[in-house]
Amino acid sequence: MISVNGLRKSFGEVKAVDGVSFDARDGCITGLLGPNGAGKSTTLRILYTVLKPDAGQARIDGIDVVSDDLEARSRIGTLPHSSGLYPHLTARENIAYYARLYGVPSEQLDGRVEQMIEQLEIADFADRRTKGFSQGQRTKVALARALVHEPQNIILDEPSNGLDVMATRSLRTLIRGLKAAGKCVLFSSHVMQEVAALCDEIVIIAEGRVAIHDSPEGIREKTGCDDLEDAFVKAIHSPGAQ
Amino acid sequence: MSALGTVFLKEVRDNLRDRRTLLSALLMGPLFGPILFAFVINLSLKQSLGEAGEPLDVPVIGQQHATNLIAYLTSHNINIVEAPADRAAAVEAVKTGKHDLVLVIREDFGAALADAVPATIEVISDLANTTAERESRRALRALRAYNQELAIARLIARGVSPVVLRPLNIDVVDVSTPSGRSALLLGMLSYFFLFALLTGGMNLAIDATAGERERGSLEPLLCLPVTRDQLIFGKIFAACAFMALSLCLSLVSFYVTLQFIPLEKLGMTPNFGVPVVVKAFFLLVPFTLLGASLMTLVASFTKSFKEAQTWLSVVLLAPTLPILIVSILMVRANTGLMLIPSLSQHLLLVGLIKNEPLNMLHVLVSVSGTLIAGILLTLICARLYRREGLLG
Repeated sequence: MISVNGLRKSFGEVKAVDGVSFDARDGCITGLLGPNGAGKSTTLRILYTVLKPDAGQARIDGIDVVSDDLEARSRIGTLPHSSGLYPHLTARENIAYYARLYGVPSEQLDGRVEQMIEQLEIADFADRRTKGFSQGQRTKVALARALVHEPQNIILDEPSNGLDVMATRSLRTLIRGLKAAGKCVLFSSHVMQEVAALCDEIVIIAEGRVAIHDSPEGIREKTGCDDLEDAFVKAIHSPGAQ
Repeated sequence: MSALGTVFLKEVRDNLRDRRTLLSALLMGPLFGPILFAFVINLSLKQSLGEAGEPLDVPVIGQQHATNLIAYLTSHNINIVEAPADRAAAVEAVKTGKHDLVLVIREDFGAALADAVPATIEVISDLANTTAERESRRALRALRAYNQELAIARLIARGVSPVVLRPLNIDVVDVSTPSGRSALLLGMLSYFFLFALLTGGMNLAIDATAGERERGSLEPLLCLPVTRDQLIFGKIFAACAFMALSLCLSLVSFYVTLQFIPLEKLGMTPNFGVPVVVKAFFLLVPFTLLGASLMTLVASFTKSFKEAQTWLSVVLLAPTLPILIVSILMVRANTGLMLIPSLSQHLLLVGLIKNEPLNMLHVLVSVSGTLIAGILLTLICARLYRREGLLG
């Protein structure tokens, strides 16, 4: 469960996030949608605690991300926008390194890593050094290491960037699987179709504010557009339509 | 295991597989210094030992005007060889480097000697050229000796004791020991060792900030439920480990190299046995924390790996500065100087090589001073690592 309330963050003169509030429930896929520079990444970065908000609160399972950032981080699996791997380590070692830092008990470690390798279909290249991996392979490993501690909340920043059709499809399957397991999945995208295909809830962000927050059907209704893309365009041009 | 330990072990494993790190830590630093040193020493040994024995070829214009002088020079291991036709040609030949020096004896040389007025000999040489400078010095020495002999002969002919020309009798008593003399040469070793040490950890220091950032692995790392202090300390300690390894290797490789350099021929006995190597390691190893944190600090301000490398090559030179200043000013080791990192290690090492007993107070001040500076810089690194702007 992720809840965001009145979040604000400026970089100098630029108001990147200007009063964003929304909830992302467990067992639900929430999509953060918006044009480039709308404040999606900044919001997510505040949630996974690498940035501190100027005002407002964000809670992960009720835990404040500012006052108890360590505990908050341990409850999230994160796939940031840039998710580089260590090129001299194998895929398995990359995942195991994160498992140790997430505090996975050492007697469970190998089993958990193996489980992630199976779940994400990494086995074929699990023991190769990650130098020279394709974007799809890299994303899989980055996802595996983000999920290795079985977090309740999963934050993905534009996860389908640079993935081909097959990789995107398997990513979707994975995200649906997480939902079925009762996890709270929050992901950002600027691709309408992707959000439409996956999300139960859509939060459209424009100019640092929430323009609209509803289910896909609700958004079609509110904007009066049958096509979600039209609805998106309409929503971002009338901030505060909620 | 603690997060710090996990980070430390991962950095060590990661870098042991990185060719770039291995090259600089295990090859460049440890081998470059000793090999360069051995090369330079061997070359200068050859020069200085070779010169005295071998006859010097000197072209002389106007040999026929000074047969006695020519005989004297020949008997002093100088070969008189064919000279250019005239003085102008000689100047040209020296300028172009065809000859290192040419002696010109004027026609009136014999007449001037007979009249007991100063007879002129010209030594044409290019003193900016090291070889020519050395050879002309040798020729001049021979000429001065001849001059002296003539003067003495003249005094005796006039019934005056030649002793009147020596109102002073100057005796130099050299109390330097062979190991002390070797310290002159081996003093520059401390810089080689500090250089090797710093090179060993350079890539790790860059990796902590600029490297992780460039690879895009910094942001996910910061998302882990681990404090940033643990991350940066783990990384700095891993850099220290590589620096210590590099230091150890360069001490050993230098020890081996010295076995092949005939320093005794220069009247030096290097005091660089196994006990000295071990002591040197423990005197220098506190510098690793300072080096690792300094490099991490500098690298944290850079945008990319390349930029960091550029800046860190400046840091590599930093330890020379105090060493250089002090060797110009000729300061003796004192407790105050032991507070200055790199300088204190240098002075202690020179003491070791001279075979002087270690001053324990100096060691204590050097080790603790260097460690405290290292701890302070490490804390500053940690502070910078906590910045929000770290991600760039």
